[in-house]
Amino acid sequence: MLKTLCQKMFRRSLWVYHANSGGCNGCDIEVLNVLTPYYDAERFGIKLAGSPRHADVMLCQGPAMRSTAKALQRAYEAMPAPKLVFAIGSCACGGGLWYDSYNVIGPVEKVIPVNYYIPGCPPRPEAILYGVALALGLVDKKTCPQHFRHPVLPIPRYHPEDLRGEGEQMIYEKMDKV
Amino acid sequence: MSLLSKLKEALVCLKAGRVTLPYPAQPRPVPAKFRGRPIFDAAKCIGCAGCANNCPAREILVLDVCQEIRILKYLGRRCTYCGRCAEVCPEKAITMSDQFETATPSIGDLQQTLELFMSTCQRCGRCFKEPTPLEQLKLKGYRFDDLANERWIFRSKAYLTEEAAVDDMKIELD
Repeated sequence: MLKTLCQKMFRRSLWVYHANSGGCNGCDIEVLNVLTPYYDAERFGIKLAGSPRHADVMLCQGPAMRSTAKALQRAYEAMPAPKLVFAIGSCACGGGLWYDSYNVIGPVEKVIPVNYYIPGCPPRPEAILYGVALALGLVDKKTCPQHFRHPVLPIPRYHPEDLRGEGEQMIYEKMDKV
Repeated sequence: MSLLSKLKEALVCLKAGRVTLPYPAQPRPVPAKFRGRPIFDAAKCIGCAGCANNCPAREILVLDVCQEIRILKYLGRRCTYCGRCAEVCPEKAITMSDQFETATPSIGDLQQTLELFMSTCQRCGRCFKEPTPLEQLKLKGYRFDDLANERWIFRSKAYLTEEAAVDDMKIELD
């Protein structure tokens, strides 16, 4: 649904606003790398805008910090209505290594709603391009949550409540021989 | 003079040809020793939780549901792909893959959950109680991370108890 909405709303070109709310500058450099002729994000119509009022897309880098959360929120509110937010880097996606530090609120989704996540520390320029292409509907998503479980337990269950002490030894009352 | 330099510049540009990478249309191989998303192999994992103890981002959560089942959950959201989990794994159950195309509209797509069978030591249950308080502080035995809120809790016990350890510590993030 989000993809079809994106294709409908952002058919022409995306003007991106580059917001760093306390990152280490690594993701900034990768984003600027994407805008160079080698990776050339302009063939997708992506252009860097200096002001959030002109932008359609906000590229967030860095976690939401205590000092910058309000500014980030104001920048988000200043963007005109059909707007996308990309969280780039593991800081913006999940808070980064210092997610539980006193000055870090957490991922940017705690402050503003995030539409697309691009994890990586920093993500490769190709990964950022892939995220953009995913938003534009050019490529398919390649990840899904994975869950593994043993269908049956190979040995009978052990019940610690059946343990009783006898002198120096612990004796297990109902032991099933395997 | 200026016209000549412009012409020279145009010549240089023509000589260079097309430099743009045809990336999303064609796959792009990663360089050697590139560390991408870690892949957990449930068939090899023995549930020692060494990766959870070593993860600098504290994003591998371990929850002991009962004596036999231990849930190991990799969140993937704040992973920096440092590879310390793969380095410490004694069974080489974690491999740093070359996947970098992990962009997703929902962050839960990056999770990997392993529900592991933990065999029981017939003598001690699972772990001995540590003799000194300093050794008791180390993360050993049963662990009770908060899987619902995806929170790592610095708490472990040498025995399995009924009450959850989640209420022991209040962490207010906001």
